[in-house]
Amino acid sequence: MAKKILMKGNEAIAEAAVKAGCRYFFGYPITPQNELPAYLSWRLPEVGGVFLQAESEVAASNMVYGAAGAGARVMTSSSSPGISLKAEGISYIAGAELPAVIVNMMRGGPGLGGIQPAQSDYFQATKGMAHGDFRLFVLAPSSVQEAVDLTIDAFELADKYRNPVLLLADGMIGQMMEPVSFERSIDPDDLPDKPWATDGAEGREKNIINSLSLDPAELEKHNQKLKEKYDQMEKEEVRYETYYLDDADIVIVAYGTSARISLSAMELAREEGYKVGLIRPITLFPFPKEIIAKTSEKIDDFLTVEMSTGQMVEDVELAVCANNSSVHFYGRTGGMIPTPEEILAEIKKIGGGK
Amino acid sequence: MQVVAKKPDSLTDKDFHYCPGCTHGIIHRLVAEVMDELDIREKTIGIAPVGCSVLAYEYFDCDMQEASHGRAPAVATGVKRVHPDKVVFTYQGDGDLASIGTAEIVHAANRGENITTIFVNNAIYGMTGGQMAPTTLLGQKTTTSPAGRKKDIAGSPIKISEMLAVLDGAAYIERVSVHDVKHIIKAKKAIKKAFKMQLEGKGFTMIEVLSTCPTNWGIEPVEALKWLEENMIPIYKPQVLKEAGEGE
Ligand SMILES: Cc1ncc(C[n+]2csc(CCOP(=O)(O)OP(=O)(O)O)c2C)c(N)n1
Ligand code: SF4
Repeated sequence: MAKKILMKGNEAIAEAAVKAGCRYFFGYPITPQNELPAYLSWRLPEVGGVFLQAESEVAASNMVYGAAGAGARVMTSSSSPGISLKAEGISYIAGAELPAVIVNMMRGGPGLGGIQPAQSDYFQATKGMAHGDFRLFVLAPSSVQEAVDLTIDAFELADKYRNPVLLLADGMIGQMMEPVSFERSIDPDDLPDKPWATDGAEGREKNIINSLSLDPAELEKHNQKLKEKYDQMEKEEVRYETYYLDDADIVIVAYGTSARISLSAMELAREEGYKVGLIRPITLFPFPKEIIAKTSEKIDDFLTVEMSTGQMVEDVELAVCANNSSVHFYGRTGGMIPTPEEILAEIKKIGGGK
Repeated sequence: MQVVAKKPDSLTDKDFHYCPGCTHGIIHRLVAEVMDELDIREKTIGIAPVGCSVLAYEYFDCDMQEASHGRAPAVATGVKRVHPDKVVFTYQGDGDLASIGTAEIVHAANRGENITTIFVNNAIYGMTGGQMAPTTLLGQKTTTSPAGRKKDIAGSPIKISEMLAVLDGAAYIERVSVHDVKHIIKAKKAIKKAFKMQLEGKGFTMIEVLSTCPTNWGIEPVEALKWLEENMIPIYKPQVLKEAGEGE
């Protein structure tokens, strides 16, 4: 087993990208993800790659489009306001079916918001990133080690589906230090061929990277083809973790940092005799709706915990609606972090006298 | 005997969709001829803009990417950083380059990105139906300046070539026109020089080409050539604005 080293989340993700064979990064500074580009600014040149600080997030995401279309494994990272600007490029990347990895270390919003951790970009990540009928593949780590593993998976998934993949974390994951190991290392020279890439039409027909179809019938066909990819993701790529579903009376649904804190709350509650379980979505799209739906066959009370005023809670409500379970919500937002005790208090409210 | 009409190998067989008298077609042809002459078709990646020339990816017979509006220099940067040994060019209109894409072109030039930009200045937004562009002349009537462009409302025509020429990263910048044969020959020379300098790794090169839009100028093709000569040339003087290594 590879040796464990203590690393900050942002730097660990950066190193994981290098281990995934990514050699190109285009980004623009924003707190709380600055350690990630700073790390790659020396690390990528060391392995023969390119780090470029773009003039804006708009430019950065379009540089990613160009590099991905040219056949490269490429990444960009930002935090909430910057992701809004990257949205243009991301829509074109999805339309042109290019593989790319985007990191969002969420902070509080809307507008300039704040710089403390938040989960208030769930809607943006899973439903409304930008114009057009498309989906991002969204991965949500809840520890630094998981951020490392999911970063490498993100590049593989992006190539597999020719689709942008978003690693959705928050300032907490980006800033905290945890021991991590890098088990996998992918040689960029060993990556599968991309015969569609624009690398010069030497001895072959020209390739075109494009998201324009002026003929509506053709565009509809393209949209259907994209939809088939998203359906396949929903069928084959759903990831989640569950705790104590066997004996639970109340089930918490939480992802990322909220899930970590909810796990502590769950243990506190169990010590006091409340039978609490937890479902932690790892993929936010595709959303683990089946396990939630199945769980709702025997569970009447769900508690969704988020660092927002309630965004994922709508997906949980949809998943349980056939069984009429109640979906409770507890959230802190704007950079405020829920405590295990606050969540415990919510559990007690739902659970009544046990 | 010279066969004048022979289609360059670097153009596909697709017929241009441009309006009668539009000089986009001439400019495509010049770029393609230069690609033929330099024998770079199989190592060139072109970036098409959003504008009337959006379908340039169907016309140039080399690898092509279609960028979002104004971002062609950023897309080209991504491509060139991955393939520094390939030739990369952008083809952009004046709405694309001189309005929505100003940040991208300025910083690509300033980084000395080793790419070539063909900047087609027709003083109007063609594709969207003749709105005022930043390059529109004072007094020029457009659908969004129906009484003529006024300086106190919309400022003066933006001179992008002059602006970029002051940047260290710009290796070669020339403004040319295609309103008569003499100017077309000069334009081709300039385009060829820009691509050659890219092949030599000299840095950012841009050729601004003054072009017609008879449809949205609301005049006949022949008149449009004359309008360009009489109205655009005095404001946008064809000249070399920057040539690194000479006189520096
Ligand atoms: C983000 C965005 N904004 C606006 C448009 C609409 N639009 C398409 S082409 C164009 C202007 C093109 O004008 P120009 O670059 O001068 O090229 P021309 O058509 O004159 O060749 C605009 C505004 C768009 N496609 N995308
Ligand atoms: S609208 Fe103007 S720029 Fe566009 S093709 Fe017609 S003449 Fe050319």
